[in-house]
Amino acid sequence: MITQGKGLSEILRSDEKALLADWLVQQTATVGMRSALLTRGELEEQSRRFLSSLRDAVERGGVDAESPAFAPIRQHLEELSQDRARLGYTPTETATFVFSLKQPIFARLRERYKNDPEALADATWEATQLLDRLGLFTNEAFQKGRDQLIIRQQEEMLELSTPVITLWEGVLALPLIGTLDSARTQIVMENLLNRIVDTGAPLAIIDITGVPTVDTVTAQHLLKTVAAARLMGADCILSGIRPQIAQTIVHLGVDLGDVITKATLADAFAVALKRSGLSIQRAPAAGQTSSRKARPAETEDE
Amino acid sequence: MERIPILKMGEYLLVTIQVDMHDRLALTLQDDLTERIVSQRAHAVLIDISALETVDSFIGRMIANIAAMSSVLDAETVVVGMRPAVAITLVELGLPLKGVRTALNVEHGMAVLKSRLSEHERSDDHAAR
Repeated sequence: MITQGKGLSEILRSDEKALLADWLVQQTATVGMRSALLTRGELEEQSRRFLSSLRDAVERGGVDAESPAFAPIRQHLEELSQDRARLGYTPTETATFVFSLKQPIFARLRERYKNDPEALADATWEATQLLDRLGLFTNEAFQKGRDQLIIRQQEEMLELSTPVITLWEGVLALPLIGTLDSARTQIVMENLLNRIVDTGAPLAIIDITGVPTVDTVTAQHLLKTVAAARLMGADCILSGIRPQIAQTIVHLGVDLGDVITKATLADAFAVALKRSGLSIQRAPAAGQTSSRKARPAETEDE
Repeated sequence: MERIPILKMGEYLLVTIQVDMHDRLALTLQDDLTERIVSQRAHAVLIDISALETVDSFIGRMIANIAAMSSVLDAETVVVGMRPAVAITLVELGLPLKGVRTALNVEHGMAVLKSRLSEHERSDDHAAR
């Protein structure tokens, strides 16, 4: 089996320096140096590492890219692709890293089998197959790197988008922004319920001003959250219902049951204060001797 | 036999569930509580489930039933201290315990019971007049 890729392995062993230099020229010529993203030194280091692990792999495992001898090189490519995905390379540019090695290798194979066209064709075919596999592998790894990035961003977005705010002692607010799907509702619900336990607040205002559309599923999720809060002994007020959403809710025949609904967060807050036995009154203007009130003035900017 | 203690404090009955409920325990509690309400003429029952970490559909229904039964026996009932996980589970199971009064903790629960009892007295006075 090791006779396979013999020419290739000999080229890699004997001519590594010149090959590396040619390859670097190819790389910079085909994609152009993205010097802003990767310095020449880094590129050279990556290329040298790739060549030396390719040499080891071909010597031990022939030209079968799936063989265990290729495990180190596959790992190297994976790291490289994911790094480049993060740096903002396109998949084509990343795959070209491998594909651009073809020309220098083919040139050397042609030199080597000058008098034996059949051997040349075979060797070229082997080398093409191997480099294609490796090139496609970078593509796969690149995709994987991107997917991981997207998943991480999604998670970060979930964390960002569900803050629970204490509006007043015993009054929590949950401003919802963006579409509510099942996964998000789950997190929103857990956050809210945990905060209710932590703060002992008997009132929570769920504000849906930032929710673009409310369909039956979203309404169902909201109702579940309200029901769960009620089970724990906290009441919920639904606020920030825009005119279109009010229309949709009625058209869809969603029954909001005995949930208190208010058009704006301010209205909901007023209800919450009233329930807590508090009221807001204007502070007497400066310099004016005011009427004396028994209750201390509570002022709050909305 | 293992059973959940029911404490009498003035006109209140206190049930604090300190262990994880299993089916037999719930059934025993149901019998005990209804008997105590009748024998001691209790008019207010507080059930503290803050130590309950997991519920299944059976225990969920038992909680609802026990609360409903004490309401039938004319005792104001409040379930306090339900944990978020338990609340979510009950909602997902479709057991929103309609008609059961709830409160965040024992203190809130006592306040709810007190106000309900005084309301009762007022309406009773009104009726008597």
